[in-house]
Formats: sequence, structure tokens, C-alpha cells
Amino acid sequence: MSATTFLVQCLNAVQYGLLLFLVASGLTLIFGAMNIINLAHGSFYMVGAYMAYALAPFVGQYLGGGFFTTLLVGLLLSIALGYALEWAFFSLLYEREHLQQVLMTYGLILIFEELRSLLVGDDVHGVAAPDWLAGTIPLGSLMTYPVYRLFISAVCLLVALAMYLVLARTRLGMAVRAGSVDREMAQALGVDINFLYRVVFAAGVALAVLAGMIAAPVSSVYPGMGSQVLIICFVVVVIGGIGSVRGAFVAALLVGFVDTFGKVFFQEAAGVLVYLMMAAILLWKPEGLFRQG
Amino acid sequence: MTMPNFARAGAAVVIAVAVLAMLPLFAGKYEVDLFAKILVLAIFALSLELLVGQTGLVSFGHAAFFGLGAYTTALLLQEPDPRSFWLVLLAAMGAAGLYALPVAALSLRTRGVYFIMVTLAFAQLVYYVFHDTKIAKGSDGIYLTGVPQFSLAGWVPFDVTRSLPFYYTALGALCAVYALLALLQRSRFGRALAGIRVNEQRMRAAGFATYPYKIAAFVIAAMLAGLAGFLKATKDGYVNPEMLAWHESGAVLLMIILGGLGRLRGAVLGAFAFVLLQEFFKNDAVFGEFAKRWQLLLGFTIIGCVLLLPNGLIGLPARLHRRGARDG
Repeated sequence: MSATTFLVQCLNAVQYGLLLFLVASGLTLIFGAMNIINLAHGSFYMVGAYMAYALAPFVGQYLGGGFFTTLLVGLLLSIALGYALEWAFFSLLYEREHLQQVLMTYGLILIFEELRSLLVGDDVHGVAAPDWLAGTIPLGSLMTYPVYRLFISAVCLLVALAMYLVLARTRLGMAVRAGSVDREMAQALGVDINFLYRVVFAAGVALAVLAGMIAAPVSSVYPGMGSQVLIICFVVVVIGGIGSVRGAFVAALLVGFVDTFGKVFFQEAAGVLVYLMMAAILLWKPEGLFRQG
Repeated sequence: MTMPNFARAGAAVVIAVAVLAMLPLFAGKYEVDLFAKILVLAIFALSLELLVGQTGLVSFGHAAFFGLGAYTTALLLQEPDPRSFWLVLLAAMGAAGLYALPVAALSLRTRGVYFIMVTLAFAQLVYYVFHDTKIAKGSDGIYLTGVPQFSLAGWVPFDVTRSLPFYYTALGALCAVYALLALLQRSRFGRALAGIRVNEQRMRAAGFATYPYKIAAFVIAAMLAGLAGFLKATKDGYVNPEMLAWHESGAVLLMIILGGLGRLRGAVLGAFAFVLLQEFFKNDAVFGEFAKRWQLLLGFTIIGCVLLLPNGLIGLPARLHRRGARDG
């Protein structure tokens, strides 16, 4: 393997890992702060990708178009969706057992898949990257690398940084952390836990939708894309330690590298490697790498 | 209502078996095949109930053992001449149990959500082995060339792959598994598992080494899942990697939650409810054009069940009873 191919694979691994982080961070926040197992999280990723496809014509017609306008509209819609879902369904689940949450969010997956099929159909769609990101940059003398993939990595890093700042430096972040450690105590000290949950949930949905929207030009848009990303995100969350955003970051990059290089070196066993790694890590640290509290 | 509880439960089981045994008298081939499919899934669900409902260990990788049983059956029946039903059955259950042993030993070191994920990991491992390698034709799946020949001391009463004999074989297997698990539940071993579910610390303090008990439960559950996989492969004559996929593990988990955890009846009821609800919503005589959108209705029904029936379908009579008492 030449140095340039190695570099290309590294960039791919980082891009894949960071994208996984974006989806998994929402999952781990909801899991850690609200103690909810949300199987429907993959559906939000799918919703995002389909938004990138379906919103573009509307935005083009009424708002003058533009990639960032579409992103913004999608994000606003996703926050509203998250808020509404928390109010309608998830707020009923806080006192229930994990298994009932699993059952209910499975029901939600079915509903999302069917609504997607009703509204947009079952075809596979491509989404074009915006013109100014569609080019490639040369790497060495022979290879090139698409700018859009670098853009994905950059967006993910920015979001990761923003999340770190919000969680570590703001009052809201402090409330989220307090709520995840001890719900009753945080409530007793005056944190409005219901409002907090609604915000966390909406943020989690928005993160998954954002990931889906920016991933759409690379991965194309297809039915079932949600369930594919869901399981790998659970792997990330568990390796990192439930509730730990930092853990999810490290675990997502680990999974990105193992998966990308696994596909290069052992094509046949590539699928197994990530799960082998997870089993090994959990046997070494049964609560993940960065379990808090 | 002076009948003791266990007698009432026993009567319900006897009536259910009698109805199922008479079903082929008044149902067509389609219904018999559908119910045969449900009977196999009910065995699969019962095997998981031993882990989740009785022992409190939530496995999200149970399809691995179902699929291993099915693949073992398929790989043993690649020659046209028939092999002994019992031999293939034993091999299928053995393969599932053999894989379950190291999986149990390793994954039982973790608990809670982490246990869920480690069992998933070990199941995905098997999935990718069958999906990506050429051991059994990869993602295309593999057909059974031969058939398992059902014989009792040299006497071959019927061809087990045909619709009706298969139905009764599956019904017999379900009754046997149910009886076995019911006996297990009442044994010292079953009591120990219940103790582990309720409070493992206390069991340890009382002098039970809980780890071997949990491993034993896991291996027994895996072997019973292997039995269900063997039946499934025999019925379909075809096996593919989707039988090992996490969707399958998820579906069987849903069945037992839907039915109601903690009771063997719940698992069987859940399997029936899950498949029959699917069939019902897919029925275009009832829903017309909307039948194509059956997932929507199934999704809302599942959510309704979670909200209204926290103890699953098995808790429905008690809930109605309570409501009646309150209103009356």
C-alpha cells in the first residue's frame, strides 16, 4: 500500500467515523440523559437523508435554493419533529422498563418506514453535492480526493466542538450532566427536567437528521438505510460507554478505522472485525471505555 | 371461580392444544402452513423466554442459534438421499449449544445493556461468517437437497416435509418444549433462575454460584432455538443469512414482550399475536388498498399495546377484570 492510498484510506476512515459520531452522539445523549433506549434513532438518520432529497425542490422554489438553506430548513423541521415526538410518545416512557421502550420504538421504526414509503416512495435516489463542493483535490501525482468528503469531516468536527462547549461550559450543559447522574436530585435542585428532556431529545434528533442530510450526497438515499446505521451506532455507544459523548467520539473513530482498513486488508472478514473489536473491548472493560459515574 | 390457578392454566393449555390439533380439519393448506410457521416461531420465542422472562437475561442475539440450527440442517442435507430426522435434529441442537457455550461464558461477564450488545456482537459474527464467506453459498442462501427422514425403530410413518405431517410434528415439538420448560420452571434449577432474575446479589449471598446457572440457562435456550431452526429449515427447504440477522433477534424479542414476560404462555401467545396481526393487516379483503401499508397499522398497534398493556397480552384478562370490578 503506497503512502497516498494509505492517506486516502485514513481520510475515508476519519470521515466515516466522524459521521458515525454525529448519529451516535445523539443516541448516547438520549440514552445517558433520559435513560431511554431509542431504536428509532436510525430512522431519524433516514429522515434526514430523505429531507436532503425531498426538500431541495421546495427550498429552490420558495427560498431561492442553496445547500445551506436546505440544511437549515431540515434542521428546524427536525427540532420540531423531535419536540413533538418527545411530547407525544417518549414522555410516556420514562417510568417504563427498557424492554417496553424497545417495543415502542420498534413500532415507531415501522411507522417511519411506511410514512417514508407513502410520501417519497421506495426508489433509491442520488443527491447532488453543491457545485462549489463537488470538485476534487489532487493527492500526490495520481490520486484525487473529493472535496465534499472533507467538508463532511469539517462539519462533524465543528459540531463535535460545539457539543463539547455546550456540555462542558454552559448552564444547559451542566443541567444535562446533572440530570444524567441523578434525575431526582437535579429536579430537587430546581432543574426543569421535563423541559431539559425535551431539549435533549430534540437535539438528538437534529444531530441524526443533520448526519443524514450531509451524508446523502455520498451514500445516496435508500429505504432501510436507517436500520443499517442504527446497529453500528449502538456498537459505538456501547464501546464508548453509555452516556459519554467523549467516549462516542473515540469509539466512532475506532470503528471508522477498523471498518475501513478491515475492508482493505481482509475483504471477507471485514464485517466481523468491528464486532470482534467490540466483544474484546467489553471483555476488557465491561462498561465501555469512558463510562461516567 | 373456586378452581385453583394452576388448574385453570392447565385447562387453558389443554384446550389450546386440542384446538390446534383439530385446526387442519376445518382449515385449508394456506392456514395450516401459516400456523405451522407460527408453531415454529413459538418454539423459538419460548427458548428466548427462558432467558429473558425466567432468568432476566436480555439477549439480542438469539437468532444466531436459530440460524445455526437451520444452517447445520441444510449443510447435513446436501446429498439427495435422506438422513435420519433424529440425527439431524441432534446435530442442529448440538451445533447451537456448542456455539452458545463460549458465547455464554464470555458475554455473561457483562450485564444490562452491555450484555444485550455483546450477545448482538456474537450473533453478527455468525451472520457475517455465513453472509460473506462461501461456506454455505454466502448471501444467496442454500437449498436443502435431501430430506430428514422421520423414523421410529425403522418404521417411516410419514414424509415430514409435507404440509400436514410437518404441522403435527411442529405441534408435538412445541408441546414437548413447553412441557420441558414448565418442568424446568418448577425444578430447583428453575427456582434458582427465578432467584437470579429477582435479586442476583441475594442468591450469591445465599450460597449459589450464579454464573454456572446462567451459563446452563443460556445453553439450554440456545439448543431449543437450534431445534426451532431445524424445524424452520425442514419446513422451508431453504436457509439464508437473514435468519441470523439482528432483525430476527429483534422480532423474537418483540414477540415475547408483546405476549408478556415471565409466563411461558406469554411467549406462545406473543408469537401467535405477532404473526396473525401481520397477516391481518396485510389482508386486502379487510383493508383494501391500505393493506399495502400494513406496517403503519402494525406500528400503531404495537405502540398501543405498550401504552395500554404494560404487562403484555397475558395481562389483558386481569386488566379487564380489574376494570370491570371498578366500574361495577
